[in-house]
Amino acid sequence: MWDYSEQVLEHFYNPRNQGALSPADQPGVAVVYGEVGSIACGDALRLHLKIREADEIVLDASFQTFGCTSAIASSSALTEIVKGKSLDEALQVDNRAIADFLGGLPEAKMHCSVMGQEALEAAIFKYRGIEVEAHADDDGKLICKCFGISEPKIRRVIAENDLTEVEQITSYVKAGGGCGSCLADIEDLITSVQAELAAKAPAKVAAEVAIAQEQAAPPRPLTTVQKISLIQKVLDEEVRPVLLADGGDVELYDLDGDRLSVILKGACDGCASSTATVKIAIESRLRERVLPSLVVETVAPVA
Amino acid sequence: MSVIYLDNNATTRIDPEVVAAMLPYLNEFYGNPSSMHSFGGQVGRAVKTAREQVASLLGALDSEIVFTSCGSEGNNTAIRAALAAQPDKRHIVTTQVEHAAVLNVCNQLEKEGYRVTYLSVDRRGQLDLCELEAALTGDTALVTTMYANNETGTVFPIVEIGSLAKAWGASFHVDAVQAVGKLPLNMADSPIDLLTLSGHKLHAPKGIGALYVRRGFRFRPYLIGGHQERGRRAGTENVAGIVALGKAAELTQQYFTGSVAIAHEQVLRDRLEQGLLATISDCEINGDPAKRLPNTTNIGFKYIEGEAILFMLNQHEICASSGSACTSGSLEPSHVLRAMGLPYTTLHGSIRFSLSRYTTIAEVDRVLAVMPGIVQRLRDLSPFKDDSADWLQDREVALA
Repeated sequence: MWDYSEQVLEHFYNPRNQGALSPADQPGVAVVYGEVGSIACGDALRLHLKIREADEIVLDASFQTFGCTSAIASSSALTEIVKGKSLDEALQVDNRAIADFLGGLPEAKMHCSVMGQEALEAAIFKYRGIEVEAHADDDGKLICKCFGISEPKIRRVIAENDLTEVEQITSYVKAGGGCGSCLADIEDLITSVQAELAAKAPAKVAAEVAIAQEQAAPPRPLTTVQKISLIQKVLDEEVRPVLLADGGDVELYDLDGDRLSVILKGACDGCASSTATVKIAIESRLRERVLPSLVVETVAPVA
Repeated sequence: MSVIYLDNNATTRIDPEVVAAMLPYLNEFYGNPSSMHSFGGQVGRAVKTAREQVASLLGALDSEIVFTSCGSEGNNTAIRAALAAQPDKRHIVTTQVEHAAVLNVCNQLEKEGYRVTYLSVDRRGQLDLCELEAALTGDTALVTTMYANNETGTVFPIVEIGSLAKAWGASFHVDAVQAVGKLPLNMADSPIDLLTLSGHKLHAPKGIGALYVRRGFRFRPYLIGGHQERGRRAGTENVAGIVALGKAAELTQQYFTGSVAIAHEQVLRDRLEQGLLATISDCEINGDPAKRLPNTTNIGFKYIEGEAILFMLNQHEICASSGSACTSGSLEPSHVLRAMGLPYTTLHGSIRFSLSRYTTIAEVDRVLAVMPGIVQRLRDLSPFKDDSADWLQDREVALA
């Protein structure tokens, strides 16, 4: 049985804004709908939007959905999310926003949230007179023939959700979930998109650092107080939880220049090999997070 | 309100008498049946009695019963044994609607160089014997089919299939996991060489099954090791499970000989089925109404999706199952219903109710009371109302 969140079940058993919207009957207000999915695929969503033309605000939203528990819950959540938003704001709503609104979805059900996002896009494009057929996702090479999923769509979902495994692609957009003959192609796309993401990331960090350097004074070496407080923070947040889980603990004892003394306690204490392992692990973490020149020494606890 | 369990093709409640019979073998009688002392020997006698009880249910000889751990093990063992019995033949005949424990073994054998024919089924899930006859050749080592389908309950013409297989010199294996306990079987006058059954489908616990191996069949063990089961299945016996299966077989046989028996399940199943068809529009039976397990009904509710129906039923503590894509974890709807060529409008909204001898009329009436409301609620949510309004299917076709 699927492990649905309480919010998913709540929206499934008590869906908000179900049904169609009545046609626009006052000037300056438009009613449109966007469709996605098919009865063959096992889920389909028709999202209705009532839009005030002057400022493109979504006055009302409703849905009609054929699908499983999470498809109905995602549709209900989507209508709640977009009501009151401008169309430009609504276009920023991605599938993750829908999943988050519901307290998360089982990974195999993430395609339900993707369907919500696509229906929203379809409705807005329709209102703005953009041909749905012209949408970038529908162009390009067809990768998954079973579910009709194209390369641009797979690339987009990988990039937007930072996906790294083929199974995730299947969960998000169903691609590869049928005959499985495209799984190798999907793997290639993941490699390609992840390489692009990695290439962009350092440039972004470098840009941020440059901005920070412009704004701040040139970096000064850490003072002893700064070192201690940083070391304590890293120990508390990243090291001790791991040790505590295994019945051990670590305490900051002293700092002399770059030489740090710690006391290992509990399960770590008294076992030579585990002490050495833990020391190396703590040292490498602190060097990475605080200062590359740090040296960690262990001090025996008071008997 | 207690749980209404109408998912007995998935698994069954362990009969309290079965629990009572097996418990001593989890407590005081922990000896090894192979041991040379009377403490173990008494356990060996219990295994012997269980073997007699299972043999009796099948109309088989004690020596024809091999205990296994489950239906999957039985199917793997039987298929491999049949191929080893005729090592020069390289062709297998099976059907498109088998359980994964047969289908995936056949897929694997294709990779190992065997040629496999997957027979199609018609709209009722029934085989075409002419297609079988055309598929058989002198190179066919094995015909393996199910007795009755787990999803629809459709019962295959076992005698006819077996006669054709024999005529071509092929071994005949039957996956009878869904039939044993629901239909009386008699191996004495049957063309079956190998037959798989599973304990948890007939009110014994999970983790125990049996394989019938016709006397004189050239058998090769799948699990190799000790001399247990007369060298046909190595591994220290699951004594408590075996005793439980024996007891369950005995109880099933008593149930069959009682005149109300099968009629009870069938009467309730028909009451459920007719009630649903009468009160809910746009739904239809999936399966062969003429040749079907007495406990199973599979109904396709158009324009709505099965998983959503199950979650609605779950709110009323009613357990059933569905062949929809969303319940399979594979994104594809049931291979059985697809092989039957069901339209998409029905495919995703199929629900299987499977009854047992414990099912009561009150439980059936409870389902009849809530089901129309559930279907109506989901249809109110659905954009599909009738076949002509299936806008999205049209678009999908246009895209492809």
